[in-house]
Amino acid sequence: MAVTSLPAAEGKRLSPRLRKLEDERWLALALLTPTAVLLGLFIAYPFFEGVMLSLSSTRVGQPGEFVGLKNFHKIWNDSIFRTTVWNTFWYTGVTTVFKLALGLWLAILLNRHFRGKAIIRAFILLPFIIPTVLSTFAWKWMFDPTFSVINWTLFQLGFITTRINWLGDADLAMTSIIIINIWRGVPFFAITLLAGLQTISPELHEAAAIDGARPWQRFWHVTWPLLMPVTLVVVLFSVIQTFADFQLVYVMTGGGPANATHLFATYAYQLGIGTGLLAEGAAISLAMFPFLFIIVVVQLLYIRRVETR
Amino acid sequence: MIEGALWRRWVFYNIPLILFVFVLLFPFYWMIVTTFRPDGELYLPWNAPNYMPFWTNNPTFEHILYLFEETNFARWMFNTMFIALVSTLISLFCGVLAGYALARLNFPYAGGLGTAIFITYLVPQTLLFIPLAEIIRNFKIGDTPWALILTYPTFLIPFCTWLMMGYFKAIPKELEECARIDGASRWKAMIYIIIPVAVPGILSSGIIAFTLSWNEFIYALVFLSSPDQKTVPVGVTSELIRGDVFFWGPLMAGALLGSIPVAIVYSFFVEHYVSGLTGSVKG
Repeated sequence: MAVTSLPAAEGKRLSPRLRKLEDERWLALALLTPTAVLLGLFIAYPFFEGVMLSLSSTRVGQPGEFVGLKNFHKIWNDSIFRTTVWNTFWYTGVTTVFKLALGLWLAILLNRHFRGKAIIRAFILLPFIIPTVLSTFAWKWMFDPTFSVINWTLFQLGFITTRINWLGDADLAMTSIIIINIWRGVPFFAITLLAGLQTISPELHEAAAIDGARPWQRFWHVTWPLLMPVTLVVVLFSVIQTFADFQLVYVMTGGGPANATHLFATYAYQLGIGTGLLAEGAAISLAMFPFLFIIVVVQLLYIRRVETR
Repeated sequence: MIEGALWRRWVFYNIPLILFVFVLLFPFYWMIVTTFRPDGELYLPWNAPNYMPFWTNNPTFEHILYLFEETNFARWMFNTMFIALVSTLISLFCGVLAGYALARLNFPYAGGLGTAIFITYLVPQTLLFIPLAEIIRNFKIGDTPWALILTYPTFLIPFCTWLMMGYFKAIPKELEECARIDGASRWKAMIYIIIPVAVPGILSSGIIAFTLSWNEFIYALVFLSSPDQKTVPVGVTSELIRGDVFFWGPLMAGALLGSIPVAIVYSFFVEHYVSGLTGSVKG
C-alpha cells in the first residue's frame, strides 16, 4: 500500500488551494475561467448588446429608444440591402466552387514526390499568410484602370484594343473581387486537402488500377469519397469566412460603384460606422447570423452523417 | 503514384504546377517591382510605348524613405508586432489550459462546453464589430492597443483551444497516470509532464495565432483612430490614400515591408504552421 500513500503524503504538503485542484472539477473550473471571462466579455456580451442595439434607434452620440423590429423592416425594404444579400450569396457560392476545384487540383499535383516539394509548398501558402489587406492592395494596383499590368498583358497578346475598367463596372468589379478571393483561398484548400490525400493509402489506388479502373474512375470512386470528411470541414470554414468577408471589398471597391458590390459586412460598416446609424448597422451585421447558423447546422449534420457512415 | 511517360508528366503535372505557382506568387513580385520603381516609370499609361512593366533599370529607395520620413510606418510596425505578440500569448495561455481541461478532465457539461467553443470558433469578427465598438468605448480602452489585445483573443482562443484539444487527446492517458503514481499532483502532472509533450501543438497554435492577429483588419479599423496607434494594414489604408489619390509607390513599399515580419516568422515555422492548419480542420 506504499504506492497509494505517496500522493496522500504529497497532498499534505500542498497548500489548501492546490489541494483543491486535485479534484478534477475544481481544476477544470480553474483552467476554463480565463477563457470563459474573455469570451463572455467580448463575444457573449457584445452579441446581447448587438441584439439590443439593432432593436433601438441609436445613432452616434445619440442614445436611442426601443423601436422593435423597425430597423429590420427598414433594411428588408432597402434595395441596396437586397443587392447585398444577393452579392454575398453569389460571392460565397462562386468562390467556394472554384476554390474547391482548383485547391483539389493543386493538392493532387503536390501529392507525389518531386524535388523542391517542401519549398514549393511553403511558397504556395504565401497568399494565405500575407495580410489580406496588403496583398489586396497589390491586386488593386494590378487592376488599376490606367496603369493595369493585366490590361497591358492582354493588349500585348492582342486580346483587347481598349482598356478594361476592372473596378468601374459593377459586374467586372464583382468578378475582380471573386478572382482575388479565389487566389487567396486556394492555398488553404490545397494544403488541407493535401493532408487529407496523404492519409489515403496508395494500395487502394493500386488495387483499383489492377481491377481496371481508369484514373478518372479511381479519383471519383476512391479518392473523392475518402476525402469527403476533410473536404466538408474545409468548405465549412471557407464558406463562413467568405460569407462574412470584409477586407477584400473594403479595399477593392468600398462597396462601389454605386453600392453594387457590397457584402453584409461592408454595408454594415458603411451604415454603422461611416454614416453613424449604429442601430441599422448592427441590424445588418446581425442579419448574417441566421444564414451563418443554418450553414453551420446543415454542415455539421452532414459531416456527422458522412463520418458515421 | 503511377507515373507515365516524360511528356505526360510535363503536360499533366509540371506545367499546371508551374502555372499555379506563377499566379499565386505574381502579386508579390509585382509588389516588389513597384516598391523599387521610380514614380516617373510608375505612372506611365499601360499603352505607352517602351513601357517595360516587369523590370526597372533605375531602382530607387524613395518610396521606402517616404514611408519612414513622412508617415508613422515604424510606429505602425511596432504596434502591430506588440499587439500580435501579446494577444497571441494571452490566447495561448487561455487556449492551452482550456484545451487541457476539455480534452483530459471529466467534469459536468464538458461536452456542451466543447461545442460552445467550436461555435465561437465559427463566429466571424464582422458579426459583432459594431456593438463591440460601443463596449470598447464604455470600457475606456478605445484608441489604445488594449482594445485589440483584449478582443483579438475572441477569435484566437477558440482556435487555440480547438487545436490544443486535438493535441492533448493524442497523448496517452498512461503518461499522466505514471506521474501521479510517482507522487505528482494533478497540477504538477499537467505542468511538467503533459504540457511539455504538447509543445509542437503550442508552437503550431502560436504561429497561426500570430499570423491571424497580424492579418486582422476590421477591429483595428473601427477601434483605433489616432495615426500613431494604428496597425500596419489600417495605417497603410488610411494614411497613404488621400481622397482619390493613391500613393502607389509607398503603398506597395508599405505592403511589402508590412508582410516581411510575418513571412519571416512563417519561414521559421513552416512545418508547424502546416500541421496546425491541417490539425484545425480535423475536428
